[in-house]
Amino acid sequence: MRAFKSDLHIHSCLSPCADLDMSPKAIVERSLEQGLDIIAICDHNSAENVAASIRAAKHGLRVLPGMEICSKEEAHVLAIFETVEQALSMQDIVYKHLKGTNRPEVFGDQVVANEFDEVDGFNDRLLIGATSMGVEEIVKETGRLGGLSIASHVDRPSFSILGQLGFIPTDLELDAIEVSDSSRWEAMRHEAIGVEKLPVVTSSDAHFLSDIGKVYTLLFLEAPNIEEMRMALSGKFGRKVGN
Amino acid sequence: MQVREIQDIFHLKMVAGKKGLDNEITGGYCGDLLSDVMANSFKGTLWFTIQGHQNILAVAVLKEMAAIILVNGRLPDDDTKAKADDEGIPILVCDLPAYQLAGQLYETGIGKTAE
Repeated sequence: MRAFKSDLHIHSCLSPCADLDMSPKAIVERSLEQGLDIIAICDHNSAENVAASIRAAKHGLRVLPGMEICSKEEAHVLAIFETVEQALSMQDIVYKHLKGTNRPEVFGDQVVANEFDEVDGFNDRLLIGATSMGVEEIVKETGRLGGLSIASHVDRPSFSILGQLGFIPTDLELDAIEVSDSSRWEAMRHEAIGVEKLPVVTSSDAHFLSDIGKVYTLLFLEAPNIEEMRMALSGKFGRKVGN
Repeated sequence: MQVREIQDIFHLKMVAGKKGLDNEITGGYCGDLLSDVMANSFKGTLWFTIQGHQNILAVAVLKEMAAIILVNGRLPDDDTKAKADDEGIPILVCDLPAYQLAGQLYETGIGKTAE
């Protein structure tokens, strides 16, 4: 068992709000420079750059396929998977519940890139928009496909489940909550309702290369995979979330 | 003013929480961020929102609200309706946006501040 330095929330150039320098290749290189062992690629409502990011991976970096899904309540939830196929199955469901067309001049470009830093195309869906799926439905579908559900940046007022819904719904089966800033969370967590039993991970929510690995979570695992991470998040079999 | 009266005057459709039709309204609040509504609503609030998640009921119970109005044609989730029935907090629905409906209700004097 060892500690895996993990940043589980990184946007690529597919997210309209992310920097165009966030190519799969550049993300991998920056992650290695930062000494990360595990990263998850989580673009807004899409997983179209995860396969290229996994192909770009080298030197033992584990790249997990994920997405950051916007619920109809406008709360962001991460769905992180073991395989590209699982992520793409989730993407199919999300796309069925996502309306609208992107306007790059307003929201930004949505670049589908390959592992060689080349542009494969542009996604024309309104990825910045909200889906028509409720948080319960997102968490349920993610779990059904074998993924982990993590509520994004609960320490921020915008697009967080605590901001949008006031507290964590009692029957929502989240695997963890994510914070962006540990000291801000420390100051507010005693007021937050429904978070007591949930493990907390810290992730960068990187939109620029320089954000990657600025904050991270240590996961104590036997191997960098979703099953081990699930055990760590639930504190089972000696796996754990550390500092 | 009671919830029953505003329902009649403005032809609002009640979809759940019938037991609470006699709840007394003391004022109104508009908001879709539940964290904000928890901080700023009060006993007897008539709450205008587009959120249909079941957490709206918990907030309404916590703050002893009079009723919730879902505006802009939004509808509550099914479990939200069940909770509203249990708790006796009416959920009314309306096709108008919050600004217009709240404006009309304000003119009746509900929650009107001194000018």
